[in-house]
Amino acid sequence: MQVPAPFTYERATSVEHAIELLGQLGPEARVVAGGHSLIPMMKLRLARPDALVDINDLGAELAQIRVDGDALVIGALARHADVLASAVVGEHFPIFHDAERVIADPVVRNFGTVGGSLCQADPAEDLAAVFAALDAVAVLRGAAGVREVRVRELHVGPYETVLAPDELMLELRVPIRPGGGSAYEKVERRVGDYPVAAAGAAVWLDGDTVRDVGIGLTAVGAEHFTAPAAEEALRGQPATEESFQAAARLAAEHCNPSADQRGPVDYKRHLAAELTTRALRRAAARARGQEA
Amino acid sequence: MTTVEERPHTGFGRTLRKEDVRLVRGKGNYVDDVRLPGMLHGALLRSPYAHAKINSIDTSAAEALPGVKAVVTGETLKGLGLAWMPTLSYDVQAVLATDKVRYQGQEVAFVIAEDHYTARDAVELIEVDYEPLPVVFDAKRALEPDAPVIRDDKEDQRDNHIFDWESGDAARTEEVFANAEVVVAEDILYPRVHPAPLETCGSVADMDPVTGKLTLWTTSQAPHAHRTVYALVAGLPEHKIRVIAPDIGGGFGGKVGIYPGYVMSIVGSIVTGRPVKWVEDRAEHLMSTAFARDYHMRGEIAATKDGKILGLRVKVIADHGAFNATAQPTKFPAGFFHVFTGSYDLRAAHCAVTGVYTNKAPGGVAYACSFRITEAVYLVERMVDVLAYELKADPAELRMKNLLKPDQFPYTTQTGWEYDSGDYPKALQLAMEMAGYDELRREQAEKRERGELMGVGIAFFTEAVGAGPRKHMDILGLGMADGAELRIHPTGKAVLRISVKTQGQGHETTFAQIVGNELGLPTADIEVVHGDTDQTPFGLGTYGSRSTPVSGAATALVARKIRDKAKIVASAMLEVSPDDLEWAGNRWHVKGDPEQGKTIQEIALAAHSSLELPEGVEGHLDATTVYNPPNLTYPFGAYICVVDVDKGTGAVKVRRFIAVDDCGVRINPMIVEGQVHGGLADGVGMALMQVMAFDEEGNHLGASFMDYLLPTSLECPSWELGETVTPSPHHPIGAKGVGESATVGSPAAVVNAVLDAIRPYGVRHADMPLTPAAVWAAMQGRPIRTDLAIP
Ligand SMILES: Cc1cc2nc3c(=O)[nH]c(=O)nc-3n(C[C@H](O)[C@H](O)[C@H](O)COP(=O)(O)OP(=O)(O)OC[C@H]3O[C@@H](n4cnc5c(N)ncnc54)[C@H](O)[C@@H]3O)c2cc1C
Repeated sequence: MQVPAPFTYERATSVEHAIELLGQLGPEARVVAGGHSLIPMMKLRLARPDALVDINDLGAELAQIRVDGDALVIGALARHADVLASAVVGEHFPIFHDAERVIADPVVRNFGTVGGSLCQADPAEDLAAVFAALDAVAVLRGAAGVREVRVRELHVGPYETVLAPDELMLELRVPIRPGGGSAYEKVERRVGDYPVAAAGAAVWLDGDTVRDVGIGLTAVGAEHFTAPAAEEALRGQPATEESFQAAARLAAEHCNPSADQRGPVDYKRHLAAELTTRALRRAAARARGQEA
Repeated sequence: MTTVEERPHTGFGRTLRKEDVRLVRGKGNYVDDVRLPGMLHGALLRSPYAHAKINSIDTSAAEALPGVKAVVTGETLKGLGLAWMPTLSYDVQAVLATDKVRYQGQEVAFVIAEDHYTARDAVELIEVDYEPLPVVFDAKRALEPDAPVIRDDKEDQRDNHIFDWESGDAARTEEVFANAEVVVAEDILYPRVHPAPLETCGSVADMDPVTGKLTLWTTSQAPHAHRTVYALVAGLPEHKIRVIAPDIGGGFGGKVGIYPGYVMSIVGSIVTGRPVKWVEDRAEHLMSTAFARDYHMRGEIAATKDGKILGLRVKVIADHGAFNATAQPTKFPAGFFHVFTGSYDLRAAHCAVTGVYTNKAPGGVAYACSFRITEAVYLVERMVDVLAYELKADPAELRMKNLLKPDQFPYTTQTGWEYDSGDYPKALQLAMEMAGYDELRREQAEKRERGELMGVGIAFFTEAVGAGPRKHMDILGLGMADGAELRIHPTGKAVLRISVKTQGQGHETTFAQIVGNELGLPTADIEVVHGDTDQTPFGLGTYGSRSTPVSGAATALVARKIRDKAKIVASAMLEVSPDDLEWAGNRWHVKGDPEQGKTIQEIALAAHSSLELPEGVEGHLDATTVYNPPNLTYPFGAYICVVDVDKGTGAVKVRRFIAVDDCGVRINPMIVEGQVHGGLADGVGMALMQVMAFDEEGNHLGASFMDYLLPTSLECPSWELGETVTPSPHHPIGAKGVGESATVGSPAAVVNAVLDAIRPYGVRHADMPLTPAAVWAAMQGRPIRTDLAIP
């Protein structure tokens, strides 16, 4: 059995308490949510926090999924399974259900959290691409107070975020706008595997014209999990196969994939284009109400 | 007398597995469940380098950690003469490295501590000064003249060559090839994979300082062989060693050999005078225990223009890793690979295998491979498809044309195997009917018109299992015959003791059914004892699908001895001559007078009573036997796989899998089907996702289940199984083994299906695993070397 190096353990009773504990325990303390990323890393001794602050008792504060004004709000402690089961999520953004169906396996989904996924900042995380496509905002709270950060600005590099050591992610706010459709496409070597490549798209149509679009890409070295040049190029264009493919080509060009056992660089770049096209196609169809 | 309807389950047929009563309730007892008073915990320090000189090891910080009892290094072992141990292939392997490390994950030091956590913490405190050396990570590179020599510990070793071995008639094969109308060659890799049982390896050693008796609970598929090897290696008297293999969470050949960790738990118990547990973790297991395959093959097939296959030859470079530790019968360094002529009637065949050392873990014969028949079947079944590709022939028709005919059995192959029985065309015909073969081909043609990719792949295999006849087969000089002991208690309940060991195959059920079938006893009344050398007769254990062919035969024969003895007792009870008695499934009765008879239970009680027995007949009802198989058994099967390939991504979906197996008489069809299901999943895994690749520094790129992928139910279709039954003529109950059939036969079917799907791209061959990236690369005409880090 792999076992972690020694550490101490605290259980937070409220958001304030968690932040207080993080402040007291110092920069080598870590929040543990679902533990499905952190604990394997600790067992492999790739992560060696001195202390863990367990936030699993904060469900009432942090695990809600609700519509608040013109935003869908997903608590940081919402489990993958909660998102997958949520009708309100599916109604507004089917991209979540597309993605959650192919994230990990039921055991991981039952415990792994949305906040943990984003804070882990794994360069192949699926939800990072989803939230980036939807241009969501993360709400963070630390000793210094509450602040909001666009998910597109949350990650500063692989396994690195803008969160301060004593900051907690509280929730994610996804703006709801009319006329939209969204979809997620992923290639994996096997169910439950991190993506070889994946693309998410959200499209807002005015008739047959793309009013606005968000593209999220993961596992292909896309900066901030997005493809701004492709989005820019597609805005105002007719929602056709040709313009989707042109945008997808742009998205692929701006990726910077690295070769590993999931595939060589050219394949991943090819997938970035192929999957972006497919996601745009399906998102647009959904925006037209053509597919459930 | 009870009526037949009311009788509990007896003999062959579907019945729930006896072992599941405990296993499905979480009440199994695995090595890691063993907890002894005063038990200490061991952990190994393993090398981060694939090839490096060890300059020094400093254990002082580890020793100073509170709770640490001892730290053992190779130097300590050297003093005891235990730094090296023999392998099952007459090589030696380091227990703990002294001079150099030769693969990533090799054992370097052993910590013994009060608890597992402390042992692991202490491992990190050991400081080793390594001097990295150039790495041989590619079998093909191993033989180049400037390749670094890995085994400089061996006096006469000047290169990385281990052995050359051949089979078949080279000259005759050359002649057939020279005169053939069509000759096709292909380079085919069977990459390094791992059996990856869910339970990793481990042991608990308890050396009693007073009696000098060692008890070892260990993950062993072959407890008796292990005991003898420990006696030979460590010089411990064999009667003072008790090896217990409790419940095992999967073996697949990976638990046949002896690993340094087992030896270190014994050393640890001797050093500390307390029991020592060592259980490795997942990464250790995947990096250091018996891998499988790693065969780099060049196949050539010769045929007439109209598709009559004439000859087959193959050259193999076999990567054996840093120590030659393959487990197979001594005479066969390439295992049974020379059964590579498969199921076809050939004029000539020849194979030449060269074994090489590389900076990778030792092993090679594991993962339900039937001693390398996986490699053999994959080669021939790929080559037949390669030929079909060249001839533009239908692969089913081509096979049908060349399969051995029923009247050719017993059939001696070009490499000397005597196939016992079979009706091959019937099995293939059945598989094609179940699949709706012609309809599938029509659908495929339509899809191709529309630009969609669908493929149908066929594999026909012949297995050779049940090793084996003692005059041909031994491991380290131990003949491959197995014992069985059967005792009927006075009340008619029975205990059977066998040398083989279940790792999930259901021996406790199947073997009880064999006894029940011979004696008419209910399955529930027969206790099967196995996995404990103090409780069971000698034998070589469970691997190579040998349990039913060898120990199953021993069990049937020992039951027949009981039946014969029961006849004499019955004759005394009924006061008639034994010659006047007739067996009726569960009782002896007087010929022509069925009312006058005695059940085996009644006889058992009488055998233990004061009944006067005939001269020379001992009381009680028990018997022993040793079975030396006259030949192997030869199961076979026809598999058809249907896949859909996503043209834009290269992703493969296995849509259907039809498997017709013939394993002779089926003792428990449910268990047979379970074995087939598991093996088919193995095949999907190997064909589509599993591989242990290495980078140029010899780093193992598959040391976790995130990197070494096992298929799940979502990659597996609902298996469609069929059967034909051709009994083995030389096995007492006509059974053949089935434990490895599906693992042997299925990879080729899946690969053939994928390549059939992407045929429009002009692809004749691509290596496993056919991941989306590998399929896409093949479609671009740039196949990937799947066993190396992807550039
Ligand atoms: C077998 C397996 C397969 C997987 N497959 C996929 C996959 O296909 N796609 C995919 O995207 N992911 C996959 N994952 C990852 C999975 O989604 C994890 O659950 C997720 O990455 C982390 O969530 P968690 O709640 O478990 O986080 P934890 O492991 O608890 O934490 C992860 C990191 O986030 C920090 N953190 C957690 N919550 C907060 C918070 N509220 N505020 C601040 N910091 C926080 C922690 O301190 C830690 O650094 C897989 C995981 C496993 C084990």
